[in-house]
Amino acid sequence: MVEKTTEVKLKTGLQARPAALFVQEANRFQSDVFIEKDSKKVNAKSIMGIMSLAARTGEVIKVTVDGNDEDEAINALVQFVEKEE
Amino acid sequence: MPKVTANDLASQFNLEVLAGEEGVYRAITTSDISRPGIEMAGFFTYYPAKRLQLIGRTELSFFQQLSPDEKKERMSKLCTYDTPGIIISRGLIAPPELVESAENMAVPVMRADVTTTRLSSQLTNFLEARLAKSTAVHGVLVDIYGIGVLLTGASGVGKSETALDLVRRGHRLVADDSVEIFQQHGDTLVGSSPELIRHLLEIRGLGIIDVMTLFGAGAVRPFKRIGLTIHLELWDENKAYDRLGLEEAKLQIIDTEIPKYTIPVRPGRNLAVIVEVAAMNFRLKRMGINTAKQFSDRLTDVIEEGDRDDFYG
Repeated sequence: MVEKTTEVKLKTGLQARPAALFVQEANRFQSDVFIEKDSKKVNAKSIMGIMSLAARTGEVIKVTVDGNDEDEAINALVQFVEKEE
Repeated sequence: MPKVTANDLASQFNLEVLAGEEGVYRAITTSDISRPGIEMAGFFTYYPAKRLQLIGRTELSFFQQLSPDEKKERMSKLCTYDTPGIIISRGLIAPPELVESAENMAVPVMRADVTTTRLSSQLTNFLEARLAKSTAVHGVLVDIYGIGVLLTGASGVGKSETALDLVRRGHRLVADDSVEIFQQHGDTLVGSSPELIRHLLEIRGLGIIDVMTLFGAGAVRPFKRIGLTIHLELWDENKAYDRLGLEEAKLQIIDTEIPKYTIPVRPGRNLAVIVEVAAMNFRLKRMGINTAKQFSDRLTDVIEEGDRDDFYG
């Protein structure tokens, strides 16, 4: 299991469209992926869960990945939220 | 750990802060409430300082009979470093000794207009709800014939589709995808939806749909006690699934165990019907009718009778 705390840098935060892309990204991997914000933990493969967090730019989230492709997954997902566009 | 402060109480119950305003952000860590009558009489050995202190008419009228020195001493002992707050009910007047000690120790003193007993039960309910242990679970919560059924399973296994089918059959959706669960009164699990995605359901290919506007107010409910969980998983050829229903598996959420069924998913299996029947069968069991056990007993009887027949035959 690997975990990483990161800051959301996406300008819009995780709004509906970026959240859908994020979930799509997470579903490419076999590992279980979770995201935690303010001690609220949700499954990153479910779009409703991600959207219920309403993560804004500048907020800190923790990504937890567990499975056989965990390293690859965590890098891709952290990179996704750290993109500044 | 959820946090409640005197400030939350003040805004919730419209309390007037009389003294110790600096201390309104002290954390209240227990839902127990103390009425410090015996402490005012001088017995502080078991003083539960960490509890919210509630002073009513009885305590205050007793207090008026004390000598000035006693008044001062008792009030300064009541206001400790740990005390999260003191509330005076019935709109009574706070004794100056209390105000002075509270200011010294920054213990918030507040006043309510309602009677002590009513305030006490309101405070307990509020604190229990706010201080309840909670967790979030990936799953769907549906109320089926009055039983809260939590559907779990990997992403894409068909939880939301099953929920949609159940709603069509007249059951109620509580939460989709992310269920917030609170443990209340020690062993009751109550689930609800995060505010932002309340009444919404995500169906692959359709996107997000609003169950309340589509199916009406009768198709949703804001929270529900969880009675059982049903885990959906792709059919695994090598796994033995329960064929009798005699064993009872459990799932632990927070500190509470709830019955768990595992249902294998295969194309052509109507999940909604199976889930619906599971909920009905669970109700039946609670009413004292356990089909699997009754059948097993009957089978045992028949076999034993056969043995006897052979013996006497």
